[in-house]
Amino acid sequence: MTRGFASAAAAVMLVTVVGWAAAAPPPAAIKVDEQTVHEVASQLRCVVCQNLSVADSPSETARQMRAIVRERLAAGDSPEQVLAYFVEKYGIWILLSPPKSGFTLLVWVVPFVGLGIGLVLVAVVVRRWSRRPQGAPPSQLDPAVRERIRREMSEMDHS
Amino acid sequence: MNASRLRWAIPAAVVPVLVLLAYGFRTDPREIPSPLLGRPAAAFSLTTFEGAPLSLEGLRGQVVMLNFWASWCIPACYDEAPALERTWRAYKDKGVMVVGINVQDKEAAALEFLRRFEHSFPNAPDPRGQVLVDYGVYGVPETFFIDRKGRVRFKHVGALTDEIARRQLDALLEEPS
Repeated sequence: MTRGFASAAAAVMLVTVVGWAAAAPPPAAIKVDEQTVHEVASQLRCVVCQNLSVADSPSETARQMRAIVRERLAAGDSPEQVLAYFVEKYGIWILLSPPKSGFTLLVWVVPFVGLGIGLVLVAVVVRRWSRRPQGAPPSQLDPAVRERIRREMSEMDHS
Repeated sequence: MNASRLRWAIPAAVVPVLVLLAYGFRTDPREIPSPLLGRPAAAFSLTTFEGAPLSLEGLRGQVVMLNFWASWCIPACYDEAPALERTWRAYKDKGVMVVGINVQDKEAAALEFLRRFEHSFPNAPDPRGQVLVDYGVYGVPETFFIDRKGRVRFKHVGALTDEIARRQLDALLEEPS
């Protein structure tokens, strides 16, 4: 009876210790700089709010994601590896800035190409407009109308 | 100068923008294809609310329906809850395992939810959100269908229905093991 109780107590203790060890966070092999955590988290899109980064969102999901970022950095992952982990799970959508390669390179390039084309277009049009007055044909105004304008304007001046 | 050229220049500039907007406003920004489809499902090792170990490894060889839920997820999680239990009862003897992963919840509220819907399949909390992120979950409820070889084959976003569950499970059960 006493032996049974003792072994039961030992078993309970063992379970408690094992349980405690399992619940405790893994030992931080590397000291993680909070600035690095913030930098990585600020590149990740908060999945529940879409227009905030994981660094800025107060949501529970974002809080858990920041903890995962911290944990992975502590385990020795580089910031790039942590980002790659999130991309593997969520796709490139999770990155607030699309990668400057592959199809999403277009997102970075097209605005500048458009701006360039627009500037060239404006330059061409402006040059054409500024050249036109030299070749402008003489006024086709009816002499009677011209005389009337002249008269009315001089009346205005005298009134 | 050349009015005839301006006449096509304006539509040429405006129409592509309108087409792009028409396309953009019709797509659902929340509907993003999961990169996980066809890939091995992430392993997890949790403890159920009843204290039993629950790991994906232990379910190898079975078709797994993995449901992410929370008691605060109203109404979708409440809408789908009866269908989950019905599906579990209909398929548990056919080589299907239904597993609930409770996320970002309070234990008492989660237990109350399970009691209310009489869920008899294993349910485990994911206190640190590790499984949530490993499966690329955006919000609850989301349900993943995992084939016998342990690959993610289908993801359903939003409340699950009996029909969707049946269709996916039947298809996966038909595949040679």
